[in-house]
Amino acid sequence: MQRRSGRREDQRAERTLGALAVGLLVLIGAIVVTVFVNAWPSFSSNGLSWFGPGGDVRTQLTAMQDSTPLPGHSLEYFRAWPLIWGTLLTTVLAVALALIVSTLAAIFLTEFAPPSVRRALEPVIRLLAGVPSVVYGLIGILALAPLINQHLISNGRRESVAGVVQLNGADLTTATVILAVMITPIMVALIAGALASVPAPWREGSMALGVNRWRTIVRVSLRTARPAIVAATVLATARALGEAIMLSMVSGGSPFAANPLDGLTFLFEPVQPLAATIVRQAEGLTIAALAHTVYAMSAVLLVSAALLSFAGWAAKQPLKRYGIRA
Amino acid sequence: MEAGGLVAAPSPPVAVRPGRQSTAAWPLADRIGYWLCWATGVALCLIAVGIVVFMLVKGISYLRPALFVEHPSASLHQSQSGGFLDPIEGTLIITAIGTLIAAPTGVALAVWMSEYGRPTPLARAVESAIDVIAGVPSIVLAIFGLLVFSESFLGFLSQNAANGSVYGRSFFAAGIIMSLIALPLIVGSTREALTQIPDRVREASYALGKSRASTIRWVLLPSIRPDIASGIALGMGRIIGDTAIITILLGFTLTTQGVGHAPVLGTLRGTGSTLTSYVYYNSPAGEGNAPQKAYAAAFVLLMLVLLLNALVTRLTVGRSSNRVGLLRVLGFWRLPWTR
Repeated sequence: MQRRSGRREDQRAERTLGALAVGLLVLIGAIVVTVFVNAWPSFSSNGLSWFGPGGDVRTQLTAMQDSTPLPGHSLEYFRAWPLIWGTLLTTVLAVALALIVSTLAAIFLTEFAPPSVRRALEPVIRLLAGVPSVVYGLIGILALAPLINQHLISNGRRESVAGVVQLNGADLTTATVILAVMITPIMVALIAGALASVPAPWREGSMALGVNRWRTIVRVSLRTARPAIVAATVLATARALGEAIMLSMVSGGSPFAANPLDGLTFLFEPVQPLAATIVRQAEGLTIAALAHTVYAMSAVLLVSAALLSFAGWAAKQPLKRYGIRA
Repeated sequence: MEAGGLVAAPSPPVAVRPGRQSTAAWPLADRIGYWLCWATGVALCLIAVGIVVFMLVKGISYLRPALFVEHPSASLHQSQSGGFLDPIEGTLIITAIGTLIAAPTGVALAVWMSEYGRPTPLARAVESAIDVIAGVPSIVLAIFGLLVFSESFLGFLSQNAANGSVYGRSFFAAGIIMSLIALPLIVGSTREALTQIPDRVREASYALGKSRASTIRWVLLPSIRPDIASGIALGMGRIIGDTAIITILLGFTLTTQGVGHAPVLGTLRGTGSTLTSYVYYNSPAGEGNAPQKAYAAAFVLLMLVLLLNALVTRLTVGRSSNRVGLLRVLGFWRLPWTR
């Protein structure tokens, strides 16, 4: 008797929990469908040129806010290239910087650091991961940007682009550096974890052949951990892509496409990525045209994030070959 | 070791770590690599120390006890713009709502995935769904939330505008979406802990005639309480630190503005601010532009987050090896090499 009631209880528990799981899937579906349905008007009226260059993003957004279409265009007219370019620039540069730093730091953490230093470094990485993005933004805009503005941007450089854009330290360099600091902890943790799980006999074999520690690390450990490094890069890219608040704080509020043809000045030109633009336009979401445009930006971010999480999964597959359980 | 006495304790297997080898004999390139590693490690420490000291100095120099009890008000003068009582309230409310939703849901999902997980395709799909939620930028979740909570049938969660449309921004809306960003962390830590419980524990319980459900409830869950707690603490840290969802879903009024006269429900349906949105508002990027207030609030925020971090460390340390611990605290359980 008791046994039967136990089984019924079991079935009920399984069904309830299963329903919750199905609910989660429905939610994901709802997110994708809602965002795309609402983004569609913007995509359909601009076509593929939505992603292309053309005109000033700020005037286009202002036109939508005022509900007065730009002459010769529909109200939904929008060319997102400066924002996409900003996203690409900040993400790629920050990830590249963080990749170098975090690989070195991970090697240091797992191989060279004396135990006392390692005990100090781990809380440090946790701390860097725990600082909220708004605090990073505050540090960027109130500490780093003025520093760059005063010491790195010469007056000549300022004048050289004065007619086009104003340089004030809230620029590509600030954004990249802070973003790199923000994603480094994830990458260090992942790469260090992979380095630590490289089978010890492999390294010992290499060292027994007279190869020194550094070469062993580079030739054996890093090579084995390569899929993990790729996965860490992908994850960090996803994080960098979606960072909105910090970038909206240090981007200087001007959707300018920094131009690599300007030489070094390029590094001091403002950028505004997609996610940051969404934050800045958050108050105007009651206006239909603007809302559609913002949802279109979210849709782009959503697709990129989904692709990246698939890429991360694919990158991890080779680890199985090394007998590291996946 | 001295207390070892008569019986020599079996020494644990020592990880083979080559002793400190002189680098003098290495080729120059290798030595440069070695020193670069040291330099990066030290640089990371310096950056962290720099951030903490900077926030500490700025925070303490602008922090006044009065700031904790005054309501904020919009003013051009930093001396008249009040304190951050409402933002602190807001942070507490949002964290409470988010955690109250995410904790039971997360634990339930983790239990289903690790203890039932049938049919398998569904379990795989749920697994990747949680991955996707963890990977989607919070700003996109916020935008989605605004769309959903502006639907007229969800009007009871926020307020109706004069023309009958639903505002869609409230503590409820922000808290519910916040629960989504805490969810992957709670699911991750719970699931990881459940998979580490050996099967014999479950079998022993079944042998005593307990059903699966009651084994979960009375045997498995109590034994992983610290892991669930650390997952929840991590989730809370994520919620406290998030700004994107607040800026979009909490309506961005500086003070807590309730709807109607119902005491608690009215507040929850109303708009307000949190510490993060207060910092944003008072930073040069926001409308308030009162850096002193921003520094003070950011300091309080940082202390809250560090406190939660310390809590997580306390909960995890000694329960797993150090390196895995680092990954854990950062919220990565699901990656293959951490298992």
